[in-house]
Amino acid sequence: MLKIKDLHANVDDKEILKGINLEVKAGEVHAIMGPNGSGKSTLASVIAGNEHFEVTQGSIELSGEDLEEVSPEERAHKGVFLSFQYPVEIPGVSVTNFMKTAINESRKAKGLEDMPAKDMLKLIREKSELLEIDRKFLSRSLNEGFSGGEKKRNEIFQMAMLEPKVAILDETDSGLDIDALRIVASGVNKLKSKDNAVILITHYQRLLEYIVPDFVHVLHNGKIVKSGGKELALELEEKGYDWLKQETAV
Amino acid sequence: MAYTEEELKKELETKEYEYGFYTDIESETFPNGLNEEIVIAISKKKGEPEWMTLWRLEAFKYWKEMEEPEWANVHYQKPDFQAISYYSAPKKADPNKTLDDVDPELLEMYKKLGISVDEQKKLQNVAVDIVMDSVSVATTFKKTLAEKGIIFCSISEAIKEHPELVKKYIGSVVPKRDNFYAALNSAVFSDGSFCYIPKGVRCPMELSTYFRINQAGTGQFERTLVIADEDSYVSYLEGCTAPSRDENQLHAAVVELVALDGAEIKYSTVQNWFPGNKEGKGGVFNFVTKRALCEKNAKVSWTQVETGSAVTWKYPSCILKGDNSIGEFYSIAVTNNYQQADTGTKMVHIGKNTKSTIISKGISAGKSQNSYRGLVQVNSRADGARNFSQCDSLLMGNECGAHTFPYIEAKNKSAMIEHEATTSKIGEDQIFYCNQRGIDTEKAIALIVNGFSKEVLNKLPMEFAVEAQKLLEISLEGSVG
Repeated sequence: MLKIKDLHANVDDKEILKGINLEVKAGEVHAIMGPNGSGKSTLASVIAGNEHFEVTQGSIELSGEDLEEVSPEERAHKGVFLSFQYPVEIPGVSVTNFMKTAINESRKAKGLEDMPAKDMLKLIREKSELLEIDRKFLSRSLNEGFSGGEKKRNEIFQMAMLEPKVAILDETDSGLDIDALRIVASGVNKLKSKDNAVILITHYQRLLEYIVPDFVHVLHNGKIVKSGGKELALELEEKGYDWLKQETAV
Repeated sequence: MAYTEEELKKELETKEYEYGFYTDIESETFPNGLNEEIVIAISKKKGEPEWMTLWRLEAFKYWKEMEEPEWANVHYQKPDFQAISYYSAPKKADPNKTLDDVDPELLEMYKKLGISVDEQKKLQNVAVDIVMDSVSVATTFKKTLAEKGIIFCSISEAIKEHPELVKKYIGSVVPKRDNFYAALNSAVFSDGSFCYIPKGVRCPMELSTYFRINQAGTGQFERTLVIADEDSYVSYLEGCTAPSRDENQLHAAVVELVALDGAEIKYSTVQNWFPGNKEGKGGVFNFVTKRALCEKNAKVSWTQVETGSAVTWKYPSCILKGDNSIGEFYSIAVTNNYQQADTGTKMVHIGKNTKSTIISKGISAGKSQNSYRGLVQVNSRADGARNFSQCDSLLMGNECGAHTFPYIEAKNKSAMIEHEATTSKIGEDQIFYCNQRGIDTEKAIALIVNGFSKEVLNKLPMEFAVEAQKLLEISLEGSVG
């Protein structure tokens, strides 16, 4: 589904990604772990098409299509979703209005009419229940005055609404208390299917107790230095990253 | 592709004026220039009684002695007042007009503007009075209104049919010598709207006036007078457009609102005069005096969405004369390219326990300059006066400016005055966030701007709010790619 080959990317002429190779198939959950500054969030942004980053080498393919010339909004229409580490505030735009716009823009790109209000309401009701979101929350301005946990829960609510093919969750667990983490994780698990894929970017093993990955990759200094099954996460938790840094330095 | 500062700037500059067409209707235009003869000729042409002619001449006398104000934060080549024609009437206008009598070409033009008269008549329950260039062309719904005793007609007609009302109130809120442009308007106003709501009557529909400058080299000077008698209510809408022209066109209107005891007037404006092209050539000079007088327990709300004009100079104000009267001002002012706007309000608290609210949203893009200028004045006898002001500015790009000039004069110790102001900028991160959810940059800007303006848009009547939203998008976006 998502195929990343020898991906190099710069920001302000500084190379952050130094040759990433990763293949994610439908139905799989991948976890990307690694110390601060290893390039995890950059990888997420580059997949989503943020032009703040310059791809200097390599390619990203979604379902066989090269994404190089594809704009961020078109990538979204094709099923790429990024749950942001720091979701931005848009004052005066309600969560509902924002979602309505996003869904209808995607439909428009596919040549479909706007979603009828009735269906939209039904969808909103269904998905907000899935994430145990209070309906009042949906009329608030997007992310404005939201707590850290509310912001993250709102990101996953949006993911539920948009039903992406590939969802990248960038540090979705940070800022969540244990109850919120459980709700978010159970939401993600319910949304998982054999037709979509999830990439979890995280520092800690904690999230992986709730969303169990098929593969774990360790990113260090812009490269994937180790890949393995879910047991790798446990090993990292126990030993930290230093042993890997030393291992790769050799 | 994703948004960058540079691209946003380019995009904002590329949107051309959508209403730039000219409808060829035979019209009768006076020679250029202004003197007593022209003033008399205008009055005569309109068949006005002598008292009106004298009133105009007195205003002209004041005007000659006045100088064009220079205190506003705008820079432009002052108009040559002798190079303007002060009267231009479509020849086919009929004083006993009904919709059927309206020139089909005119109706066609309104259709282009998306405000076809018959459509409005049928669908929107809006009574419309249209001033194109100078003469009021069509008034709908007159009969329905007449049954309630509501008078809604052109000001020319009111001068003839209801002289007692006009005589009593015209110039009572904005005196002839109030300012340079008001004096000019008083001398040469060509037409405009008149509205009277009798005691205790709630006007059953939105009343609406549409202004438009069509003729080259003419000024438009319309005069609006709205009188809400005791305990009455009216909601009034005003829309404007002008075709694109290279030369600057002058628009100097006067609007007077009189809210008697317990009356309420809502006055909403969507102003879309031609803003000039992207090099800053052409566009309308919009120098407008709007003021309301509030008697006891009366309430006046001004709501404006200003996206047009090359230069705007406009301060819809409330004189809170009666005890417990309320004044409100909700404004969205958008400037792009080389537009300049100096706009705001004056709230003058005279009566006891008077309240005022000011919400101003300024959006600047391109190389434009957007200024809020507001005065909150509390007189010594205005015990318990309260004001809340909020001025927010949104900047797009690095070459525009937002300015806030709040003036506060409080002469009563019990006054409570609050002022809040913010300045923000549309960020790349906001745009990317929207892009990531499948919303392209153009739509994202519209969404953010609408969110920013929401508190004011919410104050507009429903049909108008939709139009205003569309207008915000038109003013700020270009076709991407």
